[in-house]
Amino acid sequence: MDLKDLLALKEKELAARKPIVIRCCTAAGCLSSRGEAVKERLERAVYDAGLGERVEVRGVGCLRLCCQGPLVQVDPDNLLYERVTPEEAGSIVDALNGEKVSVARGNPNDPFFTKQQSIVLANSGVVDPNRIESYVAADGYQALHQALHEMTPKAVVEEMLASGLRGRGGAGYPTGLKWATVQKAAGAKKYVICNADEGDPGAFMDRSVLESDPHSVLEGMALGAYAVGADQGYIYVRAEYPLAIARLQTAINQARRLGVLGSAVFESPFHFNVDLRIGAGAFVCGEETALMASVEGKRGTPRPRPPFPAESGLWNCPTLINNVETFANVPAILRRGGAWFAGIGTERSKGTKVFALAGKIRNTGLIEVPMGTPLRVIVEEMGGGAPDGASIKAVQTGGPSGGCIPAEHLDTPVDYDSLNKLGSIMGSGGMIVMDDSTRMVDVARFFMEFCMDESCGKCIPCRAGTVQIHGLLAKVLAGEATARDLGQLEELCDLVKNTSLCGLGQTAPNPVLSTLRFFRREYEELLLPDPFAVKLAVPEGTVSVEIR
Amino acid sequence: MAVRTLTIDSKQVSAEEGTTILGAARDAGISIPTLCHLDGIYDVGACRMCLVELAGSPRLLPACTTMVAEGMDVRTQSDRLRRYRRMILELLFAERNHVCAACVSNGHCELQTMAYSQGMDHVRFAYQSPLLEVDLTHASFGMDHNRCILCTRCVRVCWHIEGAGTKNVSGRGTHARIISDLNQPWGMSETCSACGKCIQACPTGALFRRGMTAGEMERDRTRLEFLVNAREKKQWNV
Repeated sequence: MDLKDLLALKEKELAARKPIVIRCCTAAGCLSSRGEAVKERLERAVYDAGLGERVEVRGVGCLRLCCQGPLVQVDPDNLLYERVTPEEAGSIVDALNGEKVSVARGNPNDPFFTKQQSIVLANSGVVDPNRIESYVAADGYQALHQALHEMTPKAVVEEMLASGLRGRGGAGYPTGLKWATVQKAAGAKKYVICNADEGDPGAFMDRSVLESDPHSVLEGMALGAYAVGADQGYIYVRAEYPLAIARLQTAINQARRLGVLGSAVFESPFHFNVDLRIGAGAFVCGEETALMASVEGKRGTPRPRPPFPAESGLWNCPTLINNVETFANVPAILRRGGAWFAGIGTERSKGTKVFALAGKIRNTGLIEVPMGTPLRVIVEEMGGGAPDGASIKAVQTGGPSGGCIPAEHLDTPVDYDSLNKLGSIMGSGGMIVMDDSTRMVDVARFFMEFCMDESCGKCIPCRAGTVQIHGLLAKVLAGEATARDLGQLEELCDLVKNTSLCGLGQTAPNPVLSTLRFFRREYEELLLPDPFAVKLAVPEGTVSVEIR
Repeated sequence: MAVRTLTIDSKQVSAEEGTTILGAARDAGISIPTLCHLDGIYDVGACRMCLVELAGSPRLLPACTTMVAEGMDVRTQSDRLRRYRRMILELLFAERNHVCAACVSNGHCELQTMAYSQGMDHVRFAYQSPLLEVDLTHASFGMDHNRCILCTRCVRVCWHIEGAGTKNVSGRGTHARIISDLNQPWGMSETCSACGKCIQACPTGALFRRGMTAGEMERDRTRLEFLVNAREKKQWNV
């Protein structure tokens, strides 16, 4: 396989395209509401109508407006059909002949779609995730060829540095810097790992990317491997994502057969293999050191850093570990240049971010917006606000590691630093909208229960501290807590945040701290009067001294 | 080996490169409290008792796994650190059933000693009082989960000193337990070599030699009769 073959494959695929394309969403959301049957009916209807020469029915990845699935989109007229049932599917084909359609029509010009800017999701809903040819037709693997034949590994890293891309797993570490560190690390053997252990409640960005466009992740990993000098990659996917696992495996097999993975990629000395590792359901395995322990076949518990994986990671070798969305950004950055990418977003947060909109909001689904988009635009314009005329109370970002942003801060631009300032984090992209029927203490208790269940048990503050915090929150909710308990709650949050071993424990108190910061009243309203409070008459002119 | 100089609690200290802060401090006669650390086995940084402050770092660092570096300015004692250490101990005492009065290790228990030395004189947190097992299936040893603090010293000596690989951790969070083999009764373990290293490594009374626990001594009244007969009737055979 060389560039000529790659371009020939692209031309062949494009030449085989039919004038009309019916795109059916076959990502997990739509499949769960009979999306597969809809696609089969559409194929049958096209065949029955004798339109096989003119119409292609293509199974594609996520079409984003998940709440209205199964979704079907018809090109080139840009018609969107919502809640398509297998029974009605045929009428979409009838409509091609000018007949009346009985399926509900969606509005592809809704702000939900028009306000999006796609880099990571550019192929999502367009290419067939089960066919590598479809990805090649969308300029896939050209960046890899270009890097292998026209760029030194150093130049690849420089392009990444210029792009200003920051890690999309949540912490926002500059990707170029990480790549440069692994590149410079001494070691004959290096590894590349893709962290696909997405586990935040309400988050499904990475799953969608893997189900919709697995090759972009593989190409990103191959580019990373070339840049740092690795020859083996692992994708750590959670077992709860069977469709993503199946599509990744298909993609890896196809890429090997085509010669874009394996030995002598694009007839260069570069060789790179990718294998899947399936997680067994522990949230903590999304933490990089625990993830690597799990890949090594050990118990998935974190270890203290430093040494960081870039220095000593998988089997003590220098390891490049990035999240799914980070890798999915890479091919576009190398195809179009780091400067192009740096032109999108804000001063310190470049590019776009994918969010999974969920909760009390009209349009739930997947969105990709430029960094710096105000929360209000995302929640009110794109999301359509809370359903049934309710008003939005808060937006939760960052899952169990993040915080709640109250409605009065909705004009905050979504970027790493602004969200940090509000005591929340960007996180991996879960965005849960809450309306005024939500009790914030309940939210805090829910996330603390999650962290308590998912704590690995290695360090004491996280293992025993989350249990105590959860107990206190339950006590507050039961109306049995006093102001003393609230003080103890804050003291414990401080302890767990500052003394836990890994990111899980260090961020576990965030939902409590942020709800205490913005909704303290809700806690206080649930408190009992303090039975030990003594009111003393204080003589005038007394200086108060705090006694510990 | 290159030598690094650093400051620990305002004291100038020199240490070989690759030494931990804990090692350097102990060489200089500065004590840092620890629970999961045991000389001779690798450190895991799990108990968080040895957290120290490092000038210029917003994070607290475990002294047992952080290597010394040139010019480091370390503080091992502060109000904040003392408060955190006491709270960690309180969390441990509230987590399982640590009843010193009825424990084989009463008086020579590292957890108990630590609580005394750190000034933890009462527990403010809710006692969890979990229902836990005591494994007395092994011929020589016993394991009382009520007293385990999950420091994993036993696991580390079993794997890396004895090389038997019997002890391990199962479950997670508050459900984590030290197990033998594939969570079998200890007495049925096929890998345990009965070397007793885990007993010696345990900081509390969780792992103990059988026959030593409170209530395990049985009286042998026939012995009295034997002594009397021996003295009065010069009868030495039973």
